[in-house]
Amino acid sequence: MSSTVPSAVKRPRRPKGRIGGHGWVAPVLLILPTVIVIGVFVYGLIGANINTSLQDRHTIGPSQGFAGLENYRDLFTDDDFIYSLRNLLLYTATFLVGTLCLGFLWAWLLERKSRGESLFRAIYLFPMAVSFVASGVVWRWLLNNAEGDRASGLNRLFESLHLGFLANPWWTDERWGILAIAVPAIWQLSGYVMALFLAGFRGIPEELREAARMDGASEWQLYRHVIFPQLSPVALSAIIIIGHMSLKVFDLIMAIAGQTNYTTQVPATQMWIEFTRGDYAKSAAIGTVLLVIVAILIVPYLVSTYRQERRR
Amino acid sequence: MNATRKALAAGLAALSLLAVSACGSDSESGSTDEVEVFTWWAEGSEKAGLDALVTVFDEQNPDLKFVNGAVAGGAGSDAKNVLQSRLQNGEPPATFQAHAGAELTDYINAGQIEDLTDLYEEKGWNEHFPEGLLERLKQDGGIYSVPSNIHRANVLWANPAVLKKAGIEADTTYDSLDAWIADLKKIKAKGIIPLSIATDWTQVHLLETVLLADLGAEAYNGLWDGTTDWGGSEVEAAIEDYSTLLSLTNTDRQGLDWPDATQLVIDGDAAYNIMGDWAEAAFQEQKKTLGTDYTAVPVPGTDGVFDFLADSFTMPVDGPNPEGTEAWLETIASDEGQVAFNKAKGSIPASTTADTADFGEYQQTAIKSWGEDEIVSSLAHGAATSVNWLTDITAAVAKFGSNNDAAELQDGLVEAAEDNKPE
Repeated sequence: MSSTVPSAVKRPRRPKGRIGGHGWVAPVLLILPTVIVIGVFVYGLIGANINTSLQDRHTIGPSQGFAGLENYRDLFTDDDFIYSLRNLLLYTATFLVGTLCLGFLWAWLLERKSRGESLFRAIYLFPMAVSFVASGVVWRWLLNNAEGDRASGLNRLFESLHLGFLANPWWTDERWGILAIAVPAIWQLSGYVMALFLAGFRGIPEELREAARMDGASEWQLYRHVIFPQLSPVALSAIIIIGHMSLKVFDLIMAIAGQTNYTTQVPATQMWIEFTRGDYAKSAAIGTVLLVIVAILIVPYLVSTYRQERRR
Repeated sequence: MNATRKALAAGLAALSLLAVSACGSDSESGSTDEVEVFTWWAEGSEKAGLDALVTVFDEQNPDLKFVNGAVAGGAGSDAKNVLQSRLQNGEPPATFQAHAGAELTDYINAGQIEDLTDLYEEKGWNEHFPEGLLERLKQDGGIYSVPSNIHRANVLWANPAVLKKAGIEADTTYDSLDAWIADLKKIKAKGIIPLSIATDWTQVHLLETVLLADLGAEAYNGLWDGTTDWGGSEVEAAIEDYSTLLSLTNTDRQGLDWPDATQLVIDGDAAYNIMGDWAEAAFQEQKKTLGTDYTAVPVPGTDGVFDFLADSFTMPVDGPNPEGTEAWLETIASDEGQVAFNKAKGSIPASTTADTADFGEYQQTAIKSWGEDEIVSSLAHGAATSVNWLTDITAAVAKFGSNNDAAELQDGLVEAAEDNKPE
């Protein structure tokens, strides 16, 4: 013992590694705060939320006992909740298709080395810098449905362009109103999807294209068999990112239509209304349903990324 | 990591601990001379009213310190969420603002506010406030808050110049909604918006006044205690009138709030607006004169009825400073407090003994009606129903606004009553 101690003193900075057999202590200590914080504030609170959703707690008072799945049964027999789920589905589909198509189109145009590329790139990306609430206030004005002399925003524009037939009630339409909310969302995030695709395009080596051309591929075949397969991971990331943002939509609707407006109800706004009135169990049940919907989208993606990384 | 860095990190960690513990002791220290008053009066005439109240409070209680606990935003809904989390965590403010009446039900059932019946007795407030109001404030035999101001909900605002353009005498009075609707249709034929309205809660406000006009005060009160049938033919007829009126409003209602709707009347884009008498402040701010630039009369069919709502203050259970709370409530009830607050806010005092000689012209008419008329509770502003009931009614009305299905609206109202009716 006496001989090992001085040698350790001589070289105090030497990484301990596996020598002491306590190599796991430092990393565990380092990671512990994060584990505790995430454990309590993410998973602990998810647990608490699920627990609340199973209680008979429909007033601001304490729980009246365990209710089991009754709150969920009530939710899925409630026409208004089904309507808000349908709205969410429509909104997500429109938002995804819109941003992917526009984003890809812009990226494709810029990738062809058009003039003023950096200018357009900045212009397309700029809307992303604006918060949903701020842009919502502007779009609330653009998408309003006043008539006659008081018409303003897009309806006014249509009329002055003699396209009056295009004027419509926007987000106040019972069936398709929610699609009007997708318009500003698409405007804001297409630029972001463009940036993703542009990075994807840039990541494809020029040699691959040259090789394809040497082999006599037409421009379409080049895209179909060389470019698109290389872009599919980018497209998947875009779908995940836009998709989960879309499922959580709340601020944009609050800014444009307000919380009580019927035609733009989605689960998140209903959750807010139920929370504000003190129906904590119903609010928590809606929150859990939203979490499950987002998980259905995210978990397969995480699993596949994890597998890919392990393969490397 | 060298020694100085280590020392620095340790120092920072210690400092942050100190900061945390300092915060903790701050909130604990709520010393007995501080009175935290929780409101959503953060701007405009409401803030002016609160400031005027504080001046009176400081004069009456030189050794107490007012602490402003106002939370802005969302017309009070943000404040209510913050308040609820504080109440649930056992950290109530000394007193908080709430609409007087049934909106307090949830707080009472959850055991969060004190019954003030004894305090009313002790301070002689039972003689201080009109009997009709005390009746409306009572819940389960107790009174749980002290009203600071009174607003009237059933007011019809009109622009005489617009009426003249449509060939209608400005001083025409209507006994019923039917006669008025006939004139509204004439106005529409001239291409003018007959009645301006805004987002969902203002539609509930309109429905409330239509119910009051068609059912009369007694049957209207019966809606809240279960003696009037929501599914009956009377309500059905009222919904029909409501539907007709809604068809005579501006199309962009969902995108507006009440100031925008009132502005349409001020600007001459619309003939009428039904709104509570806080709209008076909007006319005053733009230097309009009652009688020439605008008129304010009870909604047709509701003459002689005062559809009231009031802000009020409560005493939370286990409050940090009960004596301070009592002092604040005493300021609220005092004539000086009532006059100072209401002159600044544009409402009228709840007490009958307050000196109101130098109040504005509209306010004088409201004070007169307040003394003479039958008093009923407003639905849209928390006097008539619990928060839950109002939320359900608002949802049904919002749905009607988009699909115009009268039968569905009535079903929704019946269901809301069944779910929320007091036993």
